[in-house]
Order: sequence, then structure tokens, then C-alpha cells
Amino acid sequence: MSLQFIVDGLLTGSMIGLGAIGVTLTYSILRFSNFAHGDFMAWGTYATLAVVSAIGATFGKVAPIGPLSFGWPLIVALIIGMAFTALLALLLDKVLFARLRSQGQAIIVVMASFGASMALRSLLEFTFTSRPTYFSRAIQIAMPVGFGIRITPDQIALLLLTAVLVLGVHLLMTRTQTGRSMQALSQNAALARIVGIDVASVVRVTWIIGGALACVAGVMIGILVQIRPFMGFDMLLPMFAAAILGGIGSIPGAVLGGLIIGLAEAGAVQLIGAEWRAAVSFIILMAVLFVRPIGLFGVRER
Amino acid sequence: MDLLGYGAFFLTTALIFSLVTLGLNLQWGLTGLFNVGLAGFVAIGAYTSALLTTPDDAARLGGFGLPILVGWLGAMAVGGIAAALTGMATLRLRSDYLAITTFGVAVVVQLVALNAQGLTGGPFGIGFIPRPFGSLAETPLLFNLSNLAVVSAVTLVAYLALEHLSRSPWGRVLKALREDERAAISLGKSARFYRVQAFAVGGAIMALAGALQAHFTGFIAPDNYLPILTFQVWVMLIVGGSGSNVGAVVGSILVWAIWAGSGTLTSVLFPPEQQARAAALQIAAIGVMLCVILLIRPNGLFGDRPRRPWFGKRAKMVAGKSSSGP
Repeated sequence: MSLQFIVDGLLTGSMIGLGAIGVTLTYSILRFSNFAHGDFMAWGTYATLAVVSAIGATFGKVAPIGPLSFGWPLIVALIIGMAFTALLALLLDKVLFARLRSQGQAIIVVMASFGASMALRSLLEFTFTSRPTYFSRAIQIAMPVGFGIRITPDQIALLLLTAVLVLGVHLLMTRTQTGRSMQALSQNAALARIVGIDVASVVRVTWIIGGALACVAGVMIGILVQIRPFMGFDMLLPMFAAAILGGIGSIPGAVLGGLIIGLAEAGAVQLIGAEWRAAVSFIILMAVLFVRPIGLFGVRER
Repeated sequence: MDLLGYGAFFLTTALIFSLVTLGLNLQWGLTGLFNVGLAGFVAIGAYTSALLTTPDDAARLGGFGLPILVGWLGAMAVGGIAAALTGMATLRLRSDYLAITTFGVAVVVQLVALNAQGLTGGPFGIGFIPRPFGSLAETPLLFNLSNLAVVSAVTLVAYLALEHLSRSPWGRVLKALREDERAAISLGKSARFYRVQAFAVGGAIMALAGALQAHFTGFIAPDNYLPILTFQVWVMLIVGGSGSNVGAVVGSILVWAIWAGSGTLTSVLFPPEQQARAAALQIAAIGVMLCVILLIRPNGLFGDRPRRPWFGKRAKMVAGKSSSGP
């Protein structure tokens, strides 16, 4: 068995992990599993793609940075895309989720997110058709790094970006007042209100972080694999499995869960075959639910 | 004559959907269990019955050439067992876990249908499924009408059985658990046990619907059981009003009429190369419709009386922490 699966697994794991952060935050703070999260990913990616094309049309062809496959336009577009996805999440919360939440039926919100997911995905399919597209069609030469492992410059850059983002979110959650408010709200909503935490602003921050990271995860898929309207929906099960494996509410847990699932998927692709890949997250999910439903870093619900 | 034939065909499909919706109503409307993978259970039923009843095929396991009725019963048994296992794994946990797990079940069933060629025929599916009244196939009208009669009879039986169940002591326990779990438990009812039962019976009904559909069309393929099926059935139940069996049937017929009608409309209005995009727009419109109904009329056409009015107030007080069970 070649060790290449480690790099592949870490990359898939990064995409899953970045998405799972959003899932775990909405789950622990807003208390519902958001089936539309995968479609935030896809919308963010298409938005980024649109901005890249717009920049390309305005400034002409831009040379890529060093050995990477993309230049500054993609970086600028990614930041705009993140902002767009965060706004989309906030908008959806305002028109749909917040209203249903105020009626106090948590599971209705889940169903609404399922309907919203279908609508969002189909709108993408309507606008961009279901044909896959790419940020760049250039083929990168993978560099050997020993032990039979090869890695491309893009992959290194994206792994570093993931590490920086995860560290950033972790610091935000543990070292700032906003982050501590988020933790307080997820642990005990009633008590958090009593001590005067501004729930509305915590909810906003949750959507902004979740949406922005979903966009990054989507763009990673776009750079390394391809862009399709279903790209986010197909990530939904791995993201949920990662969030539950890591323990709901835990950011390091979500990322570690994502990496474990990514590595397991990559290993399964080598051993069993790519067509069974999607079953891996289900098996891990079931195992967690039977053995340790609170996950690796979870706390028992109060 | 053609119109009558089409009417019978339309109603048969709509009634098969009604059967799935009735199963979902038992799980969600009566018991409050959230199943977003029902396409998986429908597929399990369709494939089970197809395997049991098709003539022997060297390329895959079976078929066993058994009578159609045996196929239906087998479908219900396997569907019920699959649902019971899903329920046992998740029903002691938060309700969202069941949603996520059922979603996973649908993904895995889809994978098995696509990849386990020796069992399911792979992407090309299973053909030559025996059809009741297959000998009448030369006269389409008679064939469609007799199929409609069979499907109506099965749906009616399921409807009457479910109506009886929901009024029985068993159904009252389920309602009690849905309305106030703690009170029901304090009366000595095991929440998990009753819920697993309800989930299993619902899964069996969905599997039966899948089997009916398979024998009605004579051919099944993995594409029939995509998440869009789950979504359609949910819209049917919400439009009809969850908790009401009449609502489930009427909602199914109504939504299927809208669906088929708008499908015909787009195929007339749009040129062939734009069909796929128009279909996407159709799905988006129905998705928006679901959200709007949830916002403005969450009880649908025939829904139960507004649920737990006091619960809304209390839920606001504890900041949406509605499932604050121990």
C-alpha cells in the first residue's frame, strides 16, 4: 500500500474539517443540523469563480504566483467569496431559520434547511448547468517528498491555509470575548442570556464563521477536484460524521474528525475501490453513535 | 379513452406516493421522528421484491421467481428490519442524529444499488419484474385500470390500518410521547421501544410502496431513488398536513399533480437543450414552496390542531432549546 493516501487523506480531511467547523457551530449554538451547509460551500465556490472570471475580464491574464496554479485574482476572489457566503448564510437565517426558531420547534428548522438546500442547489444547477467547471485546467507536476509520496505546490499551500484558519478560529473561540460568549451560549443558553450575552450577535458571528469557512472548503475542492452544483451536497455526510466524531461543539474535534474521515476515505479508496468511498463516513458515523455518541471531545448535554 | 388511461396511470403513481407519505406520517406526523432518507427505504423494498420475484438471472443473485405477494411481504420485512436497526442505533440520542443517520442510510443504499452489481444489477438496474395483470398489457386501458385497482386497494388497507393504529392505545402512547415525552415516560412508557416500533412500521410501509412501484413499472434503477424522492414526499406530507392520514393522501395527489403538471409545462415551453435547467428551476420552486408553507401554514391543509401552544412560549424562554430533555 503506497503512502500517498496520507497526503490525499489530509487534503480531503482539510476540506471536510473546514466544513465541519460550520456544522458543529450551528449545531451547538443554534441547536439544529443544517442540511444547507453543503450548499453554502457550492454557492461560495461559484461566487469565487464568478469573481475570478470578472477579474480576468478586467485585468487580462494574470501570471500565477511562483509554482502555484493560481495568481492574486483567486486570493482576492476567495476573500470576496467568503464575505458573500457569510452574507448568504445571514440572509437565509433572517428570512427562514430565525423565524422558525422563534416558533420554538427545532426539528422544523432542520426540515426547512433541507428544503432550502434543495432550492439553493437547484438554483445553481439552473444558473450554471450541472456540467463541472474548473478554476484552472493547468496540470501541476507533483514533487516527490520521499516514502513514495508526491505533493503539488497547490496542495502544500492549501494545507498551510487550512492550518492557519483552524488555528485562527481556535484562538477566536478560546481567547476572545466573542468566542467565550459563543461557548457560553452553546453550553447553557438560558444562563448565557441571564449574564447578559447578546444572543443575536453571537448568532451572527456563528453564521459568518460557518459561511466563510464553507466557502474556503468549497474553493479547495474547486482547485483540487472540480466545481459542480452537487459538490457541497456530497460533502454533507462526511461533514456531519466529522462533527459528531469530534464531539458536537468542539472546533479541534471537528477538524480532527475531518482528518480521520479523510484518511479513512483515502485508505478505503486504495484498498477497496473509489466507488465505496461515500460509505466510509457512514460506517464511522454508526460506529461513533453506538460506541461513544458524545464523540472524541464532546461534553454530555445538559 | 386516452385521457382515462392517463388518469388511471397518474392516479396509480400518486397513490403509490400516498403510501410512502402515509409511512412518513406514522414516523413524523404521529411520532415526531425525522426521516430524511426515506428514498433508501423505498429502494430497499423495491429491490427486495424485485430479487424475490424476477426469473433466475445468471448475472446476479436470484431472482427466485416467487409469487408477487411473497415479494411484497419480503419487502415489508426487510424494510421494517432496516428501519428498526436505524432506530435502535439513534433513537436514544438527540432527534437530529436520527435525521443524519437516515440521510446516511439513503446514501449507502444508493451506493449499494449502483455498485453491488451481483445483487442489484448496478447502474442498469433490474428489468423483467413481473407485473400483476401483465397479460393485459396489450390493452393499456384495462391494464392501467386493473393496476389502479390493486394500488388503491393496498393504499386503502394501509390507510384503514393506520387510522386504526393511531386511535388504538399504541397510537395514543406515540402521540403522548410526541407531545410531552417526560409525562409519557413518567406513566411508565418506554419512549425508545415505542419509537423503534413506529419507525419500523413506517419503514415497512415505505418499502411496500417501493415494491408496488417496482411491479407497476416492471423496471427499477438506482436513479429512481435519489434524494429528490425524499424531498417530494416531505413536501406532500407538509402540504397535506402532518399528523393527518387524509392529509397525507390528499397532499400526495395534489403535489404530484402540481409536479407532473409543471413538468409537462416545462417540456412544452422550453426547447430540448434547456430541459435540464428548467427541471432544476422546477425543483427550486418546490423547495421554496416547502419553506413558505413551513413559515406561514406549518399545519398544512389537514394538519393536527396547532401543536403545543404553551410549548412555543416556553421554547422562547429557553432560547430555542426545545429538546432540553434530561
